[in-house]
Amino acid sequence: MSELLEIAPELAVQTGIMLQIVGLGMLIGGAGGLVVGTGLYVTRHGGILAQPVLFWLLNLVVNTFRPIPFIIFMAAIQPLARLVVGTGIGNPAAIFAISLAATFGIARIVEQNLVSVDPGVIEAARAMGAGPWRIIRTVVLPEALGPLVLGYTFAVIAVVDMSAVAGLLGGTGLGNYAITYGYRQFDDLITWSALVVIVVIVQLVQLLGNVLARRVLRR
Amino acid sequence: MPHVRLDEVTKVFRPRSRRDSPVTAVDRVSLDIERGEVFAVIGYSGAGKSTLVRLINGLEPVTSGVVEIDGVPISALPARALRRQQQGIGMIFQRFHLLRSRTVAKNVAYPLEVVGTPRAEREARVAELLEFVGLAQKAAAYPEQLSGGQQQRVGIARALAAKPSLLLADEATSALDPETTAEVLDLLGRVNRELGVTVVVITHEMEVVAQVADRVAVMDAGRVVEHGSTYEVFTAPQTPTAQRFVRTVVRALPEGEELAALRAAHEGRFFTISFSDAGASEARVFGALARAGVDFNLVHGGVDDIRGRVYGLLTIAVRGPEEAVAAALAQVGPGVQITETGR
Repeated sequence: MSELLEIAPELAVQTGIMLQIVGLGMLIGGAGGLVVGTGLYVTRHGGILAQPVLFWLLNLVVNTFRPIPFIIFMAAIQPLARLVVGTGIGNPAAIFAISLAATFGIARIVEQNLVSVDPGVIEAARAMGAGPWRIIRTVVLPEALGPLVLGYTFAVIAVVDMSAVAGLLGGTGLGNYAITYGYRQFDDLITWSALVVIVVIVQLVQLLGNVLARRVLRR
Repeated sequence: MPHVRLDEVTKVFRPRSRRDSPVTAVDRVSLDIERGEVFAVIGYSGAGKSTLVRLINGLEPVTSGVVEIDGVPISALPARALRRQQQGIGMIFQRFHLLRSRTVAKNVAYPLEVVGTPRAEREARVAELLEFVGLAQKAAAYPEQLSGGQQQRVGIARALAAKPSLLLADEATSALDPETTAEVLDLLGRVNRELGVTVVVITHEMEVVAQVADRVAVMDAGRVVEHGSTYEVFTAPQTPTAQRFVRTVVRALPEGEELAALRAAHEGRFFTISFSDAGASEARVFGALARAGVDFNLVHGGVDDIRGRVYGLLTIAVRGPEEAVAAALAQVGPGVQITETGR
């Protein structure tokens, strides 16, 4: 018990860092994913702004980067991180890599959920003389909001997973804490404490997502 | 000037893959739809009527030909100008297509948002429209909480929100049961009479045409094969397609096996009485036969009400002296046609 008290302050600090990395990664990656996913949806064949060439290009980019295992992606993207955030190591570089990877992952989730919107309601809006941007804003996104909330919840958990390997670039946070101080130093208490905290956070996120989605879907 | 004018309008859909051939959904259709009328387009599925209605409001671009609304060539407008024209055309759908993310009131408000009506005005107009379709109590409900008929009434309120002069109904009653269909058709009739809106009804149900349409066009394989006043088309359909549709509501003459069965069951000569004039009725024929002391039986047929006008096609079996029958039938006045049914 006293050992637990001993590690508690550090555990709290590392939890805070992880939440920060996940939060920023989701904020940037979530917005990026929404833009790219919506882009894929509107430019596809039969879409409201069908642009076969643009779609092909977006699709290619997403398909190329999304399947790369994150640990390799993060290492490979280091030069770009140096260019964009000014450093190739530490939490800023980790957040950069996570945001980028999350953008590609979330883009697919967004695209899939938008595709499931009834084309009939889009046609109805077109018949009323609504333009493409209005239709995206007031029809497509609101109609898909329920599944989108669930999709983003799924993405948060994937991003928590990504944040665990931030240590590779000298980043910190709960995952790094568990690996460096727990696993590598045979301190099971630290490994398991970090794990419990992560599980609890994931559960809370899922619960929140479910509640929100239920409210949006009214069922 | 007609409200809607179609001049040699053709729509060809390009094939999805190279192996398929292009599909001509609408083939050189020319039609005038007059202001304030209810115009029906009837055809089987795949006849091109849903494509035709989408050419009228520019949801689909024409391949060739001209679509004019109030003299404005809608088929030639650039995107932004087309959208402005579309704001003046209402449309309702078979599956209603209401926004699930919005309440009934917000659904009806949608076209007003599109045209940029200020909020206060929007709310007043929405209340007025929900009152008109009889759903004022359902303003805060979501579409899934309503029955099909109620959802279609919301669809109609939404279509009318921006005060269109033209309403397009694409199979608007096809997903509804007969009773609800009658309700929705009544409402469309009120829209036409009370608001003076021109209504174009796309349907595959002849009952719908009989109930609401002033004029009807029959479509088959992308072409309009016949058109005229509803009464004309019902009482004297010219093309096989029109005849098939008419037969679904008006009982046609007995033929083949049916006729043979009737002959087996009834003695005497068979006559067919058709009457299609306002003053004419079967009673005059029956009265004349009775006065002449001729015995007769009604064996087949029915009387229909088409847009308030009577149309009947009855077959009777007559027994009696030949001269008496001839004399009795000769007394029947105008508007009634009697022909002996061939043996």
